[in-house]
Amino acid sequence: MAGFGATLARDLLIARREGGEALLAVIFFVIGTVLFPLGVGPEANLLAAVAAGLIWVMALLATLLALDRLFQADWRDGALELMALSPESLTLIVAAKCLAHWLVTGLPMVVAAPLMALLLNLPPSGWLTLIAALLLGGPALSLIGAVCAALIVGARRGGVLMTLLALPLYIPTLIFGAGAVQAAIGGFDASGHLALMAATTLASAALCPWAAAAALRQAME
Amino acid sequence: MAAHAFLIEDLACRRGGRVLFAGVDLALKPGAAALVTGRNGSGKSSLLRVLAGLNPPFAGRMLWQGEDTRREPEIFRRAMRYVGHADGLQTGLTVIENLRYWTQLSGSPSDRGALLSALAAVGLEALGDLPARMLSAGQRRRLALARPIASGAEMAGLWLLDEPTVALDGPSIDLIESAIARFRAAGGIVVASTNAPLSLPEAIRLDISEYEPEAAG
Repeated sequence: MAGFGATLARDLLIARREGGEALLAVIFFVIGTVLFPLGVGPEANLLAAVAAGLIWVMALLATLLALDRLFQADWRDGALELMALSPESLTLIVAAKCLAHWLVTGLPMVVAAPLMALLLNLPPSGWLTLIAALLLGGPALSLIGAVCAALIVGARRGGVLMTLLALPLYIPTLIFGAGAVQAAIGGFDASGHLALMAATTLASAALCPWAAAAALRQAME
Repeated sequence: MAAHAFLIEDLACRRGGRVLFAGVDLALKPGAAALVTGRNGSGKSSLLRVLAGLNPPFAGRMLWQGEDTRREPEIFRRAMRYVGHADGLQTGLTVIENLRYWTQLSGSPSDRGALLSALAAVGLEALGDLPARMLSAGQRRRLALARPIASGAEMAGLWLLDEPTVALDGPSIDLIESAIARFRAAGGIVVASTNAPLSLPEAIRLDISEYEPEAAG
């Protein structure tokens, strides 16, 4: 477990030193969402109807934006090889990197979500569910994305490939996440959707670090 | 207790569909060293990567304390320290933060005193709080070499050093040579590849070019 704690602390420290670069994803999330009312026009009802879906799509895209960097820097400077050769489990090291990634990109998005909800005129009955869904489902985005990032590590034009790989895998999270908010707005019980999101995150937490570690080992040969 | 702590048997490596070398045998006792030489592209780095376990061997096997390193990778990784071509430094972190992470990962002592004494062994003790991005190529190399030094011989028994003296000046090479000598005196085994002059007393010399198989006609 020493590898998990040390890697988490290291990646968070790197993110803090990079400052603005690490917050790029959440800035993209905010600015991208702000563009929709400007483009669609201030039609309050229209915006309210699509708000949940929009926020979730922006969250997916913003997560994707930051995933590129999850392994790329460590790959280039040889640090990944040293991680793979350490006695600590590479799976746990990858899990720590995913958690750090979520803390730096996913959590700020959760914090910014109420502001976005206000901006898009999302009915207040859906706010709590939106935050809960982003909290429960957000880690799955980082975890699933980590597998894709590990698969394209070392590839040229990895960013495009990354998008093609990851976005289809994000569809279940998107459906349950937006569905939960819509259900809450419609006055229905959203707990079923939220439970499915939590299940997605738990399953990803169990499988994705292991798969990503295997992909990284393959890439290093 | 086997007399040879690190044993390489009939090792072969294939890269990009071409067999680089085959039939490499090497037996190293505690305190022994092997100096791998050979022309560019003959497989020096590949040999070290195979030894470290990054690449699978095409044939043959490696035994650490009598255990196959590929079957028991955990035992081997605990004892082995690898310094490859890439320095593995995070430019945003300071010198000491970089070193601390690697010692934590390998389970070595990572308190400030231990880290500073490892940095002193490579002449970087004054630069501990400098961001790694400010280091010169030679200083980066020395920081990479501080990694195995920080572990000490009681923690690790084998250093695999790929071109350790690249970009180093004369006094730095002396520092590295004496660190290697101390490690060997404590029973450590060193396998280093180099094309530059590196003095390892009583090292087994291994010219990897001689193990290139005859091109099939």
